[in-house]
Amino acid sequence: MEQFAAVKRSKDGQAVRYLIVDDSVFARKNLARMIESFGGQVAGEAGDGLTAISEFDRTHPDIVLMDITMPQMEGIEAAEKIVQAHPEARIVMVSSVGYQENIVAALQRGARHFVQKPVKPEVLYEVIKYVMGEDGLVAAAAGAGV
Amino acid sequence: MKMELIQPFINAADAVLSQGLSTTTRVGNLSMEEEGYRRKGVAGMVALTGDIEGRIILDLEPQTAVRVASHYAGADLPESDALIKETIFELANQVVGNAVCALNDQGFHFRVHPPALVTAPEGDKSSEDVEALMICFETSLGNVFMNVALRHNKRRLADHVKMGR
Repeated sequence: MEQFAAVKRSKDGQAVRYLIVDDSVFARKNLARMIESFGGQVAGEAGDGLTAISEFDRTHPDIVLMDITMPQMEGIEAAEKIVQAHPEARIVMVSSVGYQENIVAALQRGARHFVQKPVKPEVLYEVIKYVMGEDGLVAAAAGAGV
Repeated sequence: MKMELIQPFINAADAVLSQGLSTTTRVGNLSMEEEGYRRKGVAGMVALTGDIEGRIILDLEPQTAVRVASHYAGADLPESDALIKETIFELANQVVGNAVCALNDQGFHFRVHPPALVTAPEGDKSSEDVEALMICFETSLGNVFMNVALRHNKRRLADHVKMGR
């Protein structure tokens, strides 16, 4: 897999920590590999919305990558509950069901962005940089003292 | 079954497979399954409810499923690996998700259900309002079969007509 310039946390230069939420083990592994290619760290994984909420409380990740269609509790509802409890949470919805209504519903309930499956690493990388904003920096730029 | 309902699924499967397998795919045989669905190997089903309802099955012969899953995993997987089933599930999910996006743009609304494993060797026969189409996608790793059985939800269709949509 292509390697990207690492995205770090600007406050301490540490790796960005991710919570991956998807009922598909395949999708979680795939996203984990992409995250590693971005220089990130997987803080936790969950296979449904309910577990995602408890894993968020346990791991306090910098970014949540959240699927929509999942058993027990779907991703949009889980995102809403996480953002209600943690308004600073950065949640990126990652779903194959990327039609307008879903995207709008997710953004209205607190998600920061939406990425359609199949996920292209270069697209997710740009979204991660955008969502981290000033709280993230690209390692090469940090090395140059920017 | 109207081709305008099927075409988004063919386009989505073509796009998902060619991107994921880093290869060109060719749409091969397209046939009606009048005698009922016969499973070929590892098969994942995604059900749809809403304005259009039914199900889509992505079905791969066992050795093809192993090759496809190994390609995605970046390592050779044994035939018994649970990741093979998960890979087929996720591919089915992505095909359906991408197709319903296109249909949503045409005004159709859906709920997509989580994938399920098809274990029965045979499925229901086509009926008057539910026809099953089998489409074969030829890839460098083997053939991927997609079985599509959909119908308009008549009650919701009538509601839409009443509302002038």
